[in-house]
Amino acid sequence: MTKVVDRKPLSFYERTYVPALWEGLKVTARHFKRSVQGHNTAKELGEGYYPEVPWRVSEGYRGAPYLVRDQDGHTKCVSCQLCEFVCPPKAIRITPPGPDGPPADRPNAEKMPREFEINMLRCIFCGLCQEVCPEEAIFLEDHYSLTGLTREEMVFDKERLLKLGGVHAGTQKWKNKLEEAAAQESFPVATH
Amino acid sequence: MFETLFSDPTVQFIAFSTVKILVVFGVVMTFVAYAVLVERKVSAFIQDRVGPNRTAPPFVMKIPVIGPFLVRCGIFQPMADGLKFILKEDFTPDYVRKVYFWLAPAIAVIPAFLTLAVIPFGSQLSAGPGAQKMVIADLNVGILYTFGIVSLGVYGIVLAGWSSNSKYPFLGGIRSSAQMISYELAMGMSVVAVFLVVGDLNLGKIVRFQAEHGWMILYQPVAFLLFLVSAFAETNRLPFDMPESESELVGGYHTEYSSMKFALFFLGEYANMIASSAMMVTLFLGGWSLPFLGEPAGSLWGGLLHLGIFVAKMLVMLVVFIWVRWMLPRFRYDQLMDLGWRRFIPLALANIVVTALVLALVDGWGKGT
Ligand code: SF4
Ligand code: SF4
Repeated sequence: MTKVVDRKPLSFYERTYVPALWEGLKVTARHFKRSVQGHNTAKELGEGYYPEVPWRVSEGYRGAPYLVRDQDGHTKCVSCQLCEFVCPPKAIRITPPGPDGPPADRPNAEKMPREFEINMLRCIFCGLCQEVCPEEAIFLEDHYSLTGLTREEMVFDKERLLKLGGVHAGTQKWKNKLEEAAAQESFPVATH
Repeated sequence: MFETLFSDPTVQFIAFSTVKILVVFGVVMTFVAYAVLVERKVSAFIQDRVGPNRTAPPFVMKIPVIGPFLVRCGIFQPMADGLKFILKEDFTPDYVRKVYFWLAPAIAVIPAFLTLAVIPFGSQLSAGPGAQKMVIADLNVGILYTFGIVSLGVYGIVLAGWSSNSKYPFLGGIRSSAQMISYELAMGMSVVAVFLVVGDLNLGKIVRFQAEHGWMILYQPVAFLLFLVSAFAETNRLPFDMPESESELVGGYHTEYSSMKFALFFLGEYANMIASSAMMVTLFLGGWSLPFLGEPAGSLWGGLLHLGIFVAKMLVMLVVFIWVRWMLPRFRYDQLMDLGWRRFIPLALANIVVTALVLALVDGWGKGT
């Protein structure tokens, strides 16, 4: 159903712009008065100001991308380099282990990266790396305040990314796969 | 030796003028700095924010009560801003037309200060024939001089836009030239009516007239409104900040500028605001006079009081400038031109004709025909 909005032609008085102006002045003056009297939004919400009271990061916020470990503390990344490929500003650089590099530290993985660098100065926090990663190994977490004194300092290496990322036990791809596989053993498949 | 030197009127004139120039320049520069602070605070309050409330030199927070209060008011913010501007890298892009690029900020800022020369800030500081008028240059063609100088201000912006040699500044420059020229006409014509009433171009005499007969805004409300709106356009303030319009032109004419050169444009804008406020106070709001304080001052204190009255009125006008900026959205470009050419100029012309007719009638009446 269409709703017809009745647009009345403006009267001459309204077209002089004066009533709109007057209303505008009233609105801004009201807010000004409120602020001068000491009201402020942050206080009324029971929060403080940024440097002292850190900002409350909401669920699903896309902060800095970090590598995560699985529930057993193993590196999840398998050095497939999809994230490196998809990253629009080319912020990620991965050094794969090569044919005789160190083996992965967990089952279900053939390899893990020798080095994994994210240049946080290039990163645009788009989240494509998280979306593309087949191993759920990289997540945009809630860090929003990244500072450094040099450019080099802002290139985060694997150690640092893993440390900052922490353990991410939320999504457990391989555990789910195992359960699925186990479920398939007992035919007919149990449907959820 | 000094006695004989100072009895020479030329030397006296030079000495007093120098003092006046230095004082006015210093005061206006301070005003500019703090106008920026007021702007930031007022905008913050209007938008339910707190505004600058952190900057503090190391020792200030130690002072009980007053220290933290001053810091909360942001009193030290302008100093930090100034320091920052001086220390920032002054970057000149490779592709600009260097000479004009360097010249433009100066051309933008100088006219704003030059117009202040003819504004009568007060009556005088002492009585008697040797009394110094509180105006730097008491020109008989005061207002013509002002309009001549003010129209030079646009060259700074146009030059900046053109010499930057990139798209956004160029568009800003074009807009500003069109806008300034249109509104200058309306502005110039709105004050003609004022001169018809007073019968003199000397700003000091206009203030004297208002002191004796009441403020000009009572005789010429239409002219005041036209002048006020045109002043917004001339100083590039919202709702008429077409040349700058951050949301569509990045920064307009000053996109390519950085550091002190950018600061000069900034300074120019605020100095222009101060000059227009002073001009409005002089032309329409009775200058240094109050309805019951019309006589030129006879003593030092009276003179200072007049100065204070003038400054207070000017500050009120400045706050109006700032207030309006945080209330109105920007006009569309064609609406701006439409308003200027199809509304204001006819209105200004009509105002002149009506004023002239009324004056002629009153004059005829007086002669007893
Ligand atoms: S968030 Fe986007 S820009 Fe940043 S590393 Fe991931 S893909 Fe690259
Ligand atoms: S983080 Fe994910 S997408 Fe990137 S290399 Fe590792 S496994 Fe592949």
